[in-house]
Amino acid sequence: MNEQKNLEGFEKIINADKKVEPRDWMPEDYRKHLIRQISQHGHSEIIGMQPEGNWITRAPSLRAKLILLAKVQDEAGHGLYLYSATETLGISREELVEQLQTGKAKYSTIFNYPAVTWADMGTIGWLVDGAAIVNQISLQRTSYGPYSRAMIRICKEESFHQRQGYEIMTHMARGTAEQREMAQDALNRWWWPSLMMFGPHDSNSPNTGKAIRWKIKRDSNDDLRQRFIDKTAKQADVIGLTIPDPKLQWNDERGHYDFGEIDWAEFDRVVKGDGPCNKQRIAHHLKAHKDGAWVREAASVYAAKRAKKAA
Amino acid sequence: MADIKDTQWPLWEVFVQANSGIPHKHAGSVHAPDKEMALTNARDLYTRRNEGTSIWVVPSNSVVASNPNDSDMLFDPANDKIYRHPTFYIMPEGAVGI
Repeated sequence: MNEQKNLEGFEKIINADKKVEPRDWMPEDYRKHLIRQISQHGHSEIIGMQPEGNWITRAPSLRAKLILLAKVQDEAGHGLYLYSATETLGISREELVEQLQTGKAKYSTIFNYPAVTWADMGTIGWLVDGAAIVNQISLQRTSYGPYSRAMIRICKEESFHQRQGYEIMTHMARGTAEQREMAQDALNRWWWPSLMMFGPHDSNSPNTGKAIRWKIKRDSNDDLRQRFIDKTAKQADVIGLTIPDPKLQWNDERGHYDFGEIDWAEFDRVVKGDGPCNKQRIAHHLKAHKDGAWVREAASVYAAKRAKKAA
Repeated sequence: MADIKDTQWPLWEVFVQANSGIPHKHAGSVHAPDKEMALTNARDLYTRRNEGTSIWVVPSNSVVASNPNDSDMLFDPANDKIYRHPTFYIMPEGAVGI
């Protein structure tokens, strides 16, 4: 099979809206783009356990604690689905973990912000998982089979995450004056970073062109961001909280909300490693990895011993 | 034991049967040092919401797969055997129950 014929076969799959599977021929750039995007997505789930894991021992009720535990466990699961999808592209789990720990691979900037009050648990579920869902619903239609299947599974599980967050916000917004203030404060801190989760403007997004052409991404950053804002603005109204953007206003002509400009200088700073928690997040991952080394070693030795006995 | 290299363990493919009476379906993969832990990990990862009644785990390197480049050779011959389908046959007017 020559290169030209391979490329034609690949493009035929893409144009027919079929899925590319691991053993199909694919351009090297397609593979590279997927490894970067899916692993970044997986790393975000893994690092995303930290801000919430921090609150498991301090959840205000047994019900809240059980829910939070289940949610953090789901995030570990989502990370593993995505790692498993990335590995079908020919990269090993060892390499993936190493890329995260050495900073070669990125994760979502949102997880470099601290979760300082219980209302942050509500806001993370409502906004951060809400933004993730908008992105992931779109990615269910991605052209790479294993990624698409992981997204379908994740979307099914994720809607509980957003609903439990919105429920926390509803209770706090309708609670005491202090709780209300806490809810508003959390919304004020998380709103803009949530909008940054969709990435740079389309005009400033170097990877978008090819990713759209190859149907890795099915919607542009700006379209997804708008979709999220339209949904969330109405949800804030329902519970009487105010989105911290004086320019946020319904535009009848566009059929969308208009909104103010994002602070891209802040986004760049956090991407480059200068967010409030970047160092802490990776240091924690490294420590957990190191602390678990004896478990991996013991299990390997036990497996080897049993294999020897059976032989 | 210091000579043991840190590892994420071998890869296993996971197949889950959602209900009795239907086939096991590929769900994804897990890493595990042995078959017991592969099963435990698969259960934790792929059946958190009653998705299954049975799980199979198979070492990934034991799976033998066809090559996509051979698809034409492997699957095209079925195209010209339409007599394998019941609609190929012409039944006489008035025949029922066939």
